[in-house]
Amino acid sequence: MNTEVLGIIAMFGVTFLLAIPLGKYIAKVYGGERTILDPLFNPIERGFYKLSGINPKSEMTWQEHLYALLTINLLWFLVSMLILTNMGWLPLNPDGNPSQSADLAFNTTISFLVNCNLQHYSGETGISYLGQLWLMFLQFVTAGIGMAAAAIVFKAFREKTTTQLGNFYDFFLKSCTRILLPTSLIIAVILVFEGMPMTFEGKDTMINLQGDTVQVSRGPVAAFVPIKHVGTNGGGFFGANGAHPLENPTYLTNMVEMFGQFIIPMAMIFAFGYFIRRRKFSWMIFGVMTIGFWLLALPNIIMEMNGNPVIEKIGIDNALGAMEGKEVRIGAAASGFWSIVTTVISTGSINSMHDSSMPLSIMNELIAMMVNAFYGGVGVGILNIFIFIILAVFISGLMVGRTPEFMGKKIEAREMKIAMIIALAHPFLILVGTAIAAAFPSVGSSAISNPGYHGFSQMLYEYTSSAANNGSGLEGLGDNTIFWNISTGIVLLLGRFLPIIGPVAIAGLLAQKKFIPEGAGTLKVDNATFGVMIFAVIAIVAALSFFPALALGPIAEYFSLF
Amino acid sequence: MKSNILAATKLTALCILLLMVVYPIMVWGIAQLSPNHGKGKVIETNGKIYYSNIGQSFTDNKYFLSRPSAVDYNAAGSGGSNKAPSNKEYLQMVNARIDTFLLHNPEVKKSEIPVDLVTASGSGLDPHISVQAASVQVKRIAKIRGLQESNIQQLIHVYTEQPLWGLFGPNRINVLRLNIALDNLK
Repeated sequence: MNTEVLGIIAMFGVTFLLAIPLGKYIAKVYGGERTILDPLFNPIERGFYKLSGINPKSEMTWQEHLYALLTINLLWFLVSMLILTNMGWLPLNPDGNPSQSADLAFNTTISFLVNCNLQHYSGETGISYLGQLWLMFLQFVTAGIGMAAAAIVFKAFREKTTTQLGNFYDFFLKSCTRILLPTSLIIAVILVFEGMPMTFEGKDTMINLQGDTVQVSRGPVAAFVPIKHVGTNGGGFFGANGAHPLENPTYLTNMVEMFGQFIIPMAMIFAFGYFIRRRKFSWMIFGVMTIGFWLLALPNIIMEMNGNPVIEKIGIDNALGAMEGKEVRIGAAASGFWSIVTTVISTGSINSMHDSSMPLSIMNELIAMMVNAFYGGVGVGILNIFIFIILAVFISGLMVGRTPEFMGKKIEAREMKIAMIIALAHPFLILVGTAIAAAFPSVGSSAISNPGYHGFSQMLYEYTSSAANNGSGLEGLGDNTIFWNISTGIVLLLGRFLPIIGPVAIAGLLAQKKFIPEGAGTLKVDNATFGVMIFAVIAIVAALSFFPALALGPIAEYFSLF
Repeated sequence: MKSNILAATKLTALCILLLMVVYPIMVWGIAQLSPNHGKGKVIETNGKIYYSNIGQSFTDNKYFLSRPSAVDYNAAGSGGSNKAPSNKEYLQMVNARIDTFLLHNPEVKKSEIPVDLVTASGSGLDPHISVQAASVQVKRIAKIRGLQESNIQQLIHVYTEQPLWGLFGPNRINVLRLNIALDNLK
C-alpha cells in the first residue's frame, strides 16, 4: 500500500491504542489513586502545597472552583503583559528582538492564556527567548486549566449528591506534573535526537553552497514543541510552525508531534468513563467523535492528494498532490490528515499552509472548529461535547414526553438556559465578528491577501479559529493591526471562558440535585441510538448556523475553480 | 478572594521554577548528547558547514534546483506564499515558473514537470525535492557539466531517502546533499 497512507493509519492506530491505558492513568490521577509516578511527584507536590499554603484535601463548590480558576488566569495575564512589553531589554535575547506593542502583547497574551495560540507575530523576529519560554510556561498551565475544568465535571458525575467537587489547585497541579510534563519530556527526547535545535545561542550565519550568505534562526525549540502539541496549544516557535524544517525535521517527528497532540484529547474520553465507572458511555462518545472526525479527515486527505484542479489543467505532473504550502518530506496525505486533526482538537499548529489548501478542505477545517467537539482540546473537548449531550438529552426527553434525565439527575430550565447560551455563543462570536470585519473594509477586510471568495474565507477562518481557541489561520491575512488584535482578543476571551464556566456550572448544579435511580423509563445514554441523537444535534447546530457563511466562502470558491 | 490571590501567586512562582526553568534545562541537558549538541544538524564538507535541514537556494543551472520559496531561503524568517488555489495572479506565477523551467530544460516535456518544482513550500526552507523533480533535471546538468547521464541517475538513486523504516511517508531527496555529491563527482 502507499506509504503515505500507511503513515496516516499508523499515526491514528498508535494514538488509539495508547489512549486507552493513558485514560485509565488519568482517571487514577484525578481519583487520587496510587500511580507509578507517585514516588517522584508526591514529595514535589507536597512541597508546592506547603509553600503556597494550599490544602489539597479541602474541597470546593463549583463557584469556588471558578473563582480560583479566574483569579490565577488574571494573574498570568498581568505577568504576561509585563514580560512581552519589556522583553526587548530583558535577558535571553541574543537576536535583539524588540518588545511587543501594547495591542500586540494584548493579543499574544490572551491568545496563549486561552490555550489558542493565534499568533500575529513571527517567532524569528517578534519575540525573545525569554518570551518564548514564558509562552511555553503558559502552554503548560493553560492546558492544565482545561484539564482541571474537565476533572471538576468528572467529579460532579461520580458522586450521587454533593456540592463538594474536589480541590481546584490539586486538579490543576497534577495535570501539569503527572500528565503534561512527563509526556512532553518523553517527546522532547525523540525530537532532540531527530535534529531539532535546543540551544540558547542566537541566529547563525551560513554561507551556502552557491555562495549566498543567509542567517539561520535557532533557539530552545525542542523544549517548546512537545508541550505545544501535548497541551493542544499549537503556537509555533518559528513563523512557519510545524512546516519549518527545524520545528518538524523528519517524517518521524511529524508522526510524534501528531501523536503528541492527539493522545490526551482521546485519552480524556476514556478517563471520563473510568472515573465515573461507565466505560460504555465513553465508547459511545468516542464513537460519535471518531465518526465525525473521519467524515472530515478522509475527504481532506483525498482532496489534498488529488491536488489543485487548475494546476492539473495546465498539464504538468500533478501526482504529488497540492504541494503549494506543503513540504516534500511530509507529503500531501499527511498534511491533509494533520489539517483536520489540528482543527478538530484545538491545537492549531500546522504542517502545511492552510491558506493554500483546496477550498473544500478549508471548509472541513472550518467545520472542525465550528463543531470543536470531535475530540476537542485537552479538557475542553469533553466540556464542549457535554453541552451537545445536554441538548440531546433534552430533545430526546421531549420526543418521548418525559422529564429529561442524565446520569440520574433531572435537567431543568436553568441548566438548559446555560447550555443554550453556550451553544449559541460560538456561532454568535464567529458570525458577528466576521460580519463586522466585512462591514468596515478600511479596518477589517482590507487585511485580506487573496481576492474574491477566498478573501472572505480568510476573515471567517480568523474568527472561527479565535472562537474555537484553535490558533491556526489563513496566514495571508495581514492581522497585526489594532482592529484585528483587539477584536480577535475579545472573541478569544469569550470563546475560552464561557465554554468552561457553562459546563462547570451545569455539572455543579446537577451534582447538587437528588439522585434518581435508573428505571425502566430512563433514557439510556450509553447506546448507539443516543449517539445518533448527539450527532444529529451537532449536525443541526453546525449546519443551520454556519451553512450560509460557508456557502459564501469555501463553497463558492470551489465552484469557481471549474 | 484574598486567599486565592496569595495561593495563586505562590503556586505560579513554583510552577515557573518547575516548567520554565527546570524542564528546559533538562531538555537542554539531554540535547548535549545529541548530534551537534542541540545546535541543529550540520553537514561538514570541504571545510564548510551547512545546516542539513535548512533548504538552500539553488538557481545556478549546474546544480539541482530547489523548490520556489516565499522567503528566498532566508532562514532568518520562514513562511509560505499563502496563495489561494483560485488566485489568478498565483496561477500566472506558476505558469511563468513552468515556462522558465522549459526554457532551461528544452528536452523535458511539460507533462514531466512535477508539481513540487513549481510550487512554494510551507516554510520557504524546504530542504527536499521529489525524486521526479531531480530526474527531470538530469539532462541539463549532464550537458553543462559534461557528465554521463547514467552517473547522475546513479547519484539520484544513492541519495533518494526512503520512507521511514521502509513503511511510512514519501520518498525524497535532500537537494543540498545531492548537490555536494554532484560537486564531488569527477
